[in-house]
Amino acid sequence: MSTTLRINGKTHQVDLPDDVPLLWVLRDNVGLTGTKYGCGVAACGACTVHIKGEAVRSCQTALSDVDGEITTIEGVGQPESMSVIQQAWVDHQVAQCGYCQSGQIMQAASLLAENPSPTDADIDEAMQGNLCRCGTYPRIRAAIHTAAQKMQEA
Amino acid sequence: MASIGKIARRTFLIGSAAIVGGVAFGAYYVSRPAPNPLKPGEGEAALNPFVLIDQQGVTLFAPRAEMGQGVKTTWAALIAEELDVELDSVRVLHGPAAAAYYNSAFIGDALPNRGYNVSDFQHSLGETLGVLAKTLNLQGTGGSTSMKDGYTRMRHAGASARETLKQAAANRLGIDRDQLKTANGMVLAPDGTALSYSELALEAGKLDPIKAELRPSSEWRLLGKPQPRVDMVEKATGTAEFGIDVRLPGMKFASVRMNPRLGAAMNGFDAAAAQAMPGVEQIVDMGDGVAVVASNTWLAMQAVETITVDWQDAPYPPETDQVFARIAEAFDDEPNSTMRDDGDVDQLPEGASEISAEYQLPYLAHATMEPMNATALYEGDKLTVWCGNQMPTIILARCAEEAGLESEQVDLHTTYLGGGFGRRVELDFSVLATRLAKQMPGVPVQLTWSREEDMRHDFYRPGAIARMRGAVKDGAAVLMDGQVAAASSSAQFMDRIAGLPAGGPDKVHVEGFFNPPYAIPNFRMSGHLSDIKIPVGFWRSVGNSFNGFFVESFLDEMAHKAGSDPMEFRLALAHKEWAPAAGVLDAVKEMSGWTGKTPDGVGRGVAMCYSFGTPVAEVIEVVDEDGSIRINKAWIACDMGVALDPETVKAQMFGGMAFGLSAACFGEITFAGGEVEQGNFPDYDALRMHTMPQTEVRVLETQKHLGGAGEPGTPPAAPALANAIFDLTGHRARRLPLMHDFDLLV
Repeated sequence: MSTTLRINGKTHQVDLPDDVPLLWVLRDNVGLTGTKYGCGVAACGACTVHIKGEAVRSCQTALSDVDGEITTIEGVGQPESMSVIQQAWVDHQVAQCGYCQSGQIMQAASLLAENPSPTDADIDEAMQGNLCRCGTYPRIRAAIHTAAQKMQEA
Repeated sequence: MASIGKIARRTFLIGSAAIVGGVAFGAYYVSRPAPNPLKPGEGEAALNPFVLIDQQGVTLFAPRAEMGQGVKTTWAALIAEELDVELDSVRVLHGPAAAAYYNSAFIGDALPNRGYNVSDFQHSLGETLGVLAKTLNLQGTGGSTSMKDGYTRMRHAGASARETLKQAAANRLGIDRDQLKTANGMVLAPDGTALSYSELALEAGKLDPIKAELRPSSEWRLLGKPQPRVDMVEKATGTAEFGIDVRLPGMKFASVRMNPRLGAAMNGFDAAAAQAMPGVEQIVDMGDGVAVVASNTWLAMQAVETITVDWQDAPYPPETDQVFARIAEAFDDEPNSTMRDDGDVDQLPEGASEISAEYQLPYLAHATMEPMNATALYEGDKLTVWCGNQMPTIILARCAEEAGLESEQVDLHTTYLGGGFGRRVELDFSVLATRLAKQMPGVPVQLTWSREEDMRHDFYRPGAIARMRGAVKDGAAVLMDGQVAAASSSAQFMDRIAGLPAGGPDKVHVEGFFNPPYAIPNFRMSGHLSDIKIPVGFWRSVGNSFNGFFVESFLDEMAHKAGSDPMEFRLALAHKEWAPAAGVLDAVKEMSGWTGKTPDGVGRGVAMCYSFGTPVAEVIEVVDEDGSIRINKAWIACDMGVALDPETVKAQMFGGMAFGLSAACFGEITFAGGEVEQGNFPDYDALRMHTMPQTEVRVLETQKHLGGAGEPGTPPAAPALANAIFDLTGHRARRLPLMHDFDLLV
């Protein structure tokens, strides 16, 4: 059946069963591949997107449960117009393999929207669902602090 | 610049004998070139296989797998350093699978020496033998070899291209080449004339390549200094293309189930239910498994799970305990190697106290964040494969064989890798995608494994057992006698890629076992190989991943037996053997403020391992928090000889340590009924933001040779942590993962 989605400010029509997770709708049918598949069971955070500004695991969000505007990593900023948080990721040279970083950035963006100056403990709490097998955590932490500072100055 | 599509179309002429356009030179004086795989189009010149110039600018080729280690950037920096171009003004591509991109460091590292003590002659011999890798067509990324391989060759490639461009300018201007200078992609004449490389490229392409001396490191602009990674913006914006992100017009999505009893065949299957599921287009018999092709990956994964399959039994003991009992049987056989045999270990030195211990380590999965996948398009007389991989030439050849085509009819596009860690040197995912594509000519198909399929069909780090015996006297180690038993990753891999039987001593099996840089007068270390058929492969740091734990845990036990401080005990042994090994220990001692004493509720441990040419010492601090153990801090020191990009080296060190700590805490693959029990991250967890220690890394450059970076951070992590936990609790971990015996913070 046909479903209408609002993604990064654009409207998309998809024709898929209701129970297909948003992750796979985005990746295989809408063509937005920045959101990643890591586990399919909400254990790694690689698939994190925002629905109405809130971080959700898109692998656990059925198409029929999407109830508002979706923002993916592509909607946060593009290479020529990066957001403050993406720029902080570049400034701290965070990524190694980079596969988990879309999800890390989406989770961090949600944290900063709620808490403009998170402590290390706040970062531990908010980010522990996002796995990185390369172990980039120290630089993720530093980038979040930098982004928080830059966003407050702005 | 030439569009990627244009270059990609042109460059895939592998195996073609003729060099069509462009000239090969640079490092190729030393070892005559394989054909240049770059085929310049009109208005372009490929000055060698690593430098292509057209009217819009310069493209550098870094034909090594970018799996997070930063090779794309540092490899390009080696060329750019001598070519006098800036990294932000060039394009960097991986390029095709090609013999010209052989890895010269693969074979040199296999020489039966200890590594740290090689003479200059042996070092040169290693480099010379490396040319054999070209003959064997070994383009690959692994073994922390990329910088050792590229360090001299890529600077020569850049220098040679630069001098040839200068000659083209000299010819045009009618002056001597030595009057010209270069900077930022331009040749500069004394009168102020500036000619861009783009406008000189075609003329330069017609000249014989010119060899040039390499600049001394004191003149380096880029090398030795942190460079912004060329893949960083893509990876911060979700625009980096991994294998799983490849999208083609008309593409179908597939998932697969292979026999969970690894290596066994399939009797048959019933896919009636799957056939009727939404989005399902085709069920494909894969021989020893079954695949579903659908309009969406998730629909394919759902459908493939409903198929009833009759699998044959595993060709190895079905339960974990039986597996380890079988591995232990290898101790009864003659050792495969005794690569260390100093003094006399059969005689206990007079007045010495003896100690012995047995250790056992589990099988481990790679669990790359990006599950295995590949995309393939079969068009009768042509096959195109897209995947992240660490072994392009071998994969290309094997996919050609699978499709019944010649290598010349196959194109392989290597994307970014969402983690490699040794998993993506294997051929299985590419071959399966090819097998599937062959069933649907003209339709591109992406085959993605579920996380569970990925974790249950790995080439695992082998389970391993060590039996250690030692002696201490007057506070020092006087004897170490060790035996390690495990299946051979190298033997299985050589059989998989080439059908070659393994022979002779298996160095990889005992790396980090026979060659720890410690002066122990009576020192014998033997390797026993088990022929157990569980698939094993190369897991970040390979043999060192278990041997480092065995040696450094046992040394700690010896230090305690001797009543010595574990740091001073190691320092005394290292000082007598190799100064850089002592240097990294001294560094972490100073960084951590090591006193040998810790307050109540705090434990510290140290370990030092030499692997892939680099000594690394790590100190780990653990704290007791309400009865649970948290890894609080870590200090790492490494000696790279030359650190080509110090910040990238640091990232590899703390990342390598995190990989080792993750396995030490939570990692194990176990078997029941011949099938792997773990399937996803809840069963196979890793360090996370709140469990990663605060870490400080120091990069030293005192040793004579260039060391590797990708793997050496891993081996000391597990023993340093286990030693810290002993310091905290008084309990010695002789098995991993630690979560079974200690209350770890999760």
